[in-house]
Amino acid sequence: MPSMDRIVVVGASAAGLTAADTLRRGGFTGTLTMVGDELRLPYDRPPLSKQILAGDWEPHKATLRPERDVQSLALHLKLGCRATGADPVARTVTLDNGEHLDYDGLIIATGLRPRRLPFGHDLAGVHVLRSLDDALTLRAQLLARPRVVVIGAGFLGSEIAATARGLGLDVTLVDVEPTPLARQVGSEIGQLVAETHRDHGVSLRMRRHVTSMTGENGRVTAVVLDDGTRLPADVVVVAIGSTPATDWLADSGIPLGDGVLCDPTCRAVSGVYAAGDVANWAHPLAGGRIRLEQRTNATQQAVIAARNLLAGPNRALPYAPIPFGWTDQYDTKIQIHGWCSPDAHIEVVDGDPGSRRFVALYHADGKVVGALGWNSPRALLQHRSRLTEHAAV
Amino acid sequence: MKITIDEDRCVGAGQCVLAAAEVFDQRDEDGIVVLLDPTPPQELLAQVQDAATRCPALAIEVEK
Repeated sequence: MPSMDRIVVVGASAAGLTAADTLRRGGFTGTLTMVGDELRLPYDRPPLSKQILAGDWEPHKATLRPERDVQSLALHLKLGCRATGADPVARTVTLDNGEHLDYDGLIIATGLRPRRLPFGHDLAGVHVLRSLDDALTLRAQLLARPRVVVIGAGFLGSEIAATARGLGLDVTLVDVEPTPLARQVGSEIGQLVAETHRDHGVSLRMRRHVTSMTGENGRVTAVVLDDGTRLPADVVVVAIGSTPATDWLADSGIPLGDGVLCDPTCRAVSGVYAAGDVANWAHPLAGGRIRLEQRTNATQQAVIAARNLLAGPNRALPYAPIPFGWTDQYDTKIQIHGWCSPDAHIEVVDGDPGSRRFVALYHADGKVVGALGWNSPRALLQHRSRLTEHAAV
Repeated sequence: MKITIDEDRCVGAGQCVLAAAEVFDQRDEDGIVVLLDPTPPQELLAQVQDAATRCPALAIEVEK
């Protein structure tokens, strides 16, 4: 194995920073470079659609680590730089400023890019939300008290709708599925999410496709649905999912599919590991490849990827987490361990859905594959062991 | 070792409890972290650091 003197981490969000931190804690004293395409110090994303969008937090509160902590990692920080290519044979990364970074080890943590509709994004008032700047731009628009249409009722879209409604705005939430979060938790629990939004005054348009947007003087005026409905809108947020940010690796020879394709130890090719939203790996217990868009995965996978890079392939350990995710909407906290597959059978094991405080287990193929808590964090954790009967942590 | 927690940041994920159940618990009603032992013995350092790393809200600070 070549000596490990220079490590480059591409991506400066939760996974990238955690990888850098883990490398230093693991005794790596060589040159450590972290590349991030935004000028800001690494910040956290879950608050963007909630506390930051609502204005409850000043932007700096989303910063992942105080500047002195980041400095203590002795990083060569390349912020505002985009990686444009990698060569895993020559072991170099190329940046958009023309610089070439030689590496012995590379960690890819470039995350996601929001998916866009094939229309509408040229109109003012049409937004996506991925970065802190996206959130601040959207917030500035919400202060003008617009009529808001949110397209996409997954975690992000549902949270944005809840936050906008919390600001007292007129909000419509549109999705092709029968309920919000139908893909994430199934439509049975999704029905409760729908009721929660309705109770708070959000207008739901489920099982509807958006076919176009209309504009006037370059600014959006309405969203048009497939049944002909025209939803007047001053601000539109498109939250229809994301794609792994791997375009810069297209010609690199690093295996790509739905993300960077890695083995069970998060290794893509020799000396190259991936972590976080961008990493697609063979989960030893999930029966195949998975990719997780979850905040807790970003850090846990970054820890494992960094440790495995330092350990070398012969001593690398497989990464086999039980996924965890959560969403906060209004005063509702939904938490998920494992896989809450839409086609699984649901069994309420604690509390009562009517009282909006319960734990449900998801059964599939005779196994407990997921556990969902609705305003029941502590009770949910007690039931998590039902999943560990089938999978290691 | 000294631990401080920021309740205002805590999102009740319970990852700290999974990492170090001797040191962290959660409130029943909202899942907010309960610090069982702010100065745990040194042999728990690795677990406590794991808890701090896993916390998705960065609500745990560990002073060695």
